[in-house]
Amino acid sequence: MIANFGYFALIITFITALYGAGAAAYGAIQRKPELVESARRAMLLTFPLTTLAALSIIVLLVTGHYEIRYVATVTSSSMPTYLKVTALWGGQEGSLVFWSWLMSAFATAASLRKWDRDRELLPWIVVVTMVTLAFFLSLVIFFENPFARLWLSSDGQQVAAMLQPVGARSLSPSDGQGLNPLLRHPGMVIHPPMLYLGFVSFVMPYAFAMAALITRRSDDRWIRITRRWALVAWLFLSLGLILGGRWAYDVLGWGGYWGWDPVEIAAFMPWLTGTAFLHSVMVQEKKGMLKHWNMILIILTYALVIFGTFLTRSGVLSSVHAFAQSAIGPMFFVFIGVTALGSLALLVERWSILKSENHLGSMFSREALFLLNNLLFMGILVVCFWGVIFPLISELVTGSKVTVGPPFYERATSPLWLGLLLLMGVAPLSAYASSTFRTIGRAVWKPALVSLAVPLGLFLAGYRSIGAILGYWLAVFVALVTLYEFWRGALARMRRHGEALPLALWRLAGRNRRRYGGYVIHLGVVLMAFGIIGIEVFQTETQATLSQGEQLTLGHYVMTYDALSQFDTADGRNVARAVVSVYHDGKYVGELYPRKDYYYASQQPMTIPGVRSTLEDDFYVLLVGWEPIAQQGATFKVYHNPLVNFVWLGGLVFILGTAVAAWPDPDPEPARSRMRAGRSTASAYPTGAA
Amino acid sequence: MTEEQAAHQTPGRSGRAKFLIGGLLIVAAIVYLIASSTQAAAQYYLTIDELMVKSDAMRDRDVKISGAVDGKTISYDARSLTLQFTIANVPGDLDEIEQAGGLAEVLHQAVSNPDAQRLKVVYEGPMPDLLRDEAQAIVTGRLGEDGVFHAEELLLKCPTRYEEEVPLQSGQG
Repeated sequence: MIANFGYFALIITFITALYGAGAAAYGAIQRKPELVESARRAMLLTFPLTTLAALSIIVLLVTGHYEIRYVATVTSSSMPTYLKVTALWGGQEGSLVFWSWLMSAFATAASLRKWDRDRELLPWIVVVTMVTLAFFLSLVIFFENPFARLWLSSDGQQVAAMLQPVGARSLSPSDGQGLNPLLRHPGMVIHPPMLYLGFVSFVMPYAFAMAALITRRSDDRWIRITRRWALVAWLFLSLGLILGGRWAYDVLGWGGYWGWDPVEIAAFMPWLTGTAFLHSVMVQEKKGMLKHWNMILIILTYALVIFGTFLTRSGVLSSVHAFAQSAIGPMFFVFIGVTALGSLALLVERWSILKSENHLGSMFSREALFLLNNLLFMGILVVCFWGVIFPLISELVTGSKVTVGPPFYERATSPLWLGLLLLMGVAPLSAYASSTFRTIGRAVWKPALVSLAVPLGLFLAGYRSIGAILGYWLAVFVALVTLYEFWRGALARMRRHGEALPLALWRLAGRNRRRYGGYVIHLGVVLMAFGIIGIEVFQTETQATLSQGEQLTLGHYVMTYDALSQFDTADGRNVARAVVSVYHDGKYVGELYPRKDYYYASQQPMTIPGVRSTLEDDFYVLLVGWEPIAQQGATFKVYHNPLVNFVWLGGLVFILGTAVAAWPDPDPEPARSRMRAGRSTASAYPTGAA
Repeated sequence: MTEEQAAHQTPGRSGRAKFLIGGLLIVAAIVYLIASSTQAAAQYYLTIDELMVKSDAMRDRDVKISGAVDGKTISYDARSLTLQFTIANVPGDLDEIEQAGGLAEVLHQAVSNPDAQRLKVVYEGPMPDLLRDEAQAIVTGRLGEDGVFHAEELLLKCPTRYEEEVPLQSGQG
């Protein structure tokens, strides 16, 4: 009953979305405002409709309707309710509905803004968002139906269909498979929706870009309107990537957080183009340049967003994340092809109206450095893309499949990352148009000189890894430059307004959120770089089988194996839990409990590390095997991960900085409020926290 | 603004060449990075049948081999952390797998077919969670003179890991 209702809601939404897109386009071309208004209302209607569909799935999941295939595959009665609810995105069908729900929510949110002077953009926003929505709904309705029931056909085959196939009996399992235990982790519960929020949010800047092109607007209005959308999209995408890394570190038990898996890369690629976009739009806003390039970037980002959803959801590439093979691959391919080619054709058609208002001046002007930043991000993108498609290409060309693994990505991207670090230190000190090598040199020589202490110190301490020495040097250099920028700005305020340092810093960031939010993000990146270089270059590992009381040494750490116990839990697990004592430089620092859970229902084991975490390093112990009867020997794999916590700390700072940059302005017209300055600042800025 | 523009009118052409050359240099550097890294890190991904045919050419380089794990052959010495098992040939072509009824079916057939080409694998390290009968093993390493594959890396995939058929016996109604 609920299933029929939900499916019906999906079909109605699909029709509504198609109508909205058609009516909006026709109304705009024929200049019929009443049709456009009708289309806008159709768009508003899709949100409650998709909400009903999503709620139907949630009700089915929570109440355990195991005759529905989706419910039976992603939930089981022993799962807690919150996991049943979040199972909405635990499988392919549900996550496509979730995607659609977000799309309609964002389209609705965008349509509620004050349109005033941008009214001519509206119909095309409706077209883009509703076409995207209709595409995802068509996948759900025709190929991946979350409401399909299970049937047993006359020849004993198990099938899933909405309506009873001829001669089939209905099938109603008493319990479901349950969510994959690997996915029952708080990080994993919120990781997919974060990525999806980021993905779907990037559709909005694309929609406005296309609307601007269609209506022949050559100004940067679309960028200004969608600046916050892009920042929020980027925020969620970054958060999703960081959470995914944390999940891998906590749950997957291989001592790392990023494996250059094709699906990770699929989520990473729109982040790369999005990051390039966020930087290069500033050049268009300030100097009226790079208009074509920004269009290309946002089209690329949109295509990569759809491609990312496709890779995670089609099983075309084998990876940790891939869901089962399914029929929706070709559909995605066609949709990406059509939208990307269509958008590019439109861009070429409108090429001449997007004239640049300025020339690139000096090689060291800020716009040139931004361009360089874009070039490096694109370079990393090409590396990623090449790595993902290389097996396919080599198979076409040579007939045998040749793959490239993490060493390829690490080797090819690390010089580019270092280049970006260097830019991060230099670019904030450059000025638009006029900077030269000399002015930049004058601005950076002090922090550069001070930061030289780092490579020198590392070298004298006996470190010989060129990558690490260079990386840490640049990281410290960027940190100094950025902190100096904060100091300079705050100092000026302290002198001018007689403010105390904290207040001056607070107001400084509040006044120019994008700029100082950006600097905070840069500091976050520096912290992450500390951690990443630490674990990439200095990670050590060992493994051994120990008898009770025996010990193992790794660097400054000694670990003794004390005991092991094995027991069943109420939620259907068998747990083997070891107790080990850890000594650092001969001093006892505590016990760790690495364990291995075995899920009876899904017959899947899961390795949970025992970790001693400090800012300096992680001592990461995995229990990988044991002798169940004698309980004497147990095998451990042990990692020493230096500085890894800087990755998470940096991630936190990074997200915080993005929030500062994206924080809504208290006044919709900041230009006017700035003129009133003085008195109004006190009341206007306390919300500028974050 | 107008002053600035005037100032940049003159270096316009030479300025553009400067940027073009700079940009091309960077693009060239990126292309070089990609090409050299591909060269250094490329791994042949072969089926067992292909490895047997090309075994001489592949002897001294890292290759990646995919096969179906035969559960009966798994043996593990926890003391020395030595893991041994045999994998049976599965086709590498996705379409072929699809036609044969999906990965799970292909893995099942490979293990139960006594004529399928087999490869003995030795791996030093912990016993992975997912190593079980009819799992797909992707091993990276070298083929030894003795015809045994010495794996440095072992990746396992169970095609049924994320979405499984609901077992038929569970309360049919």
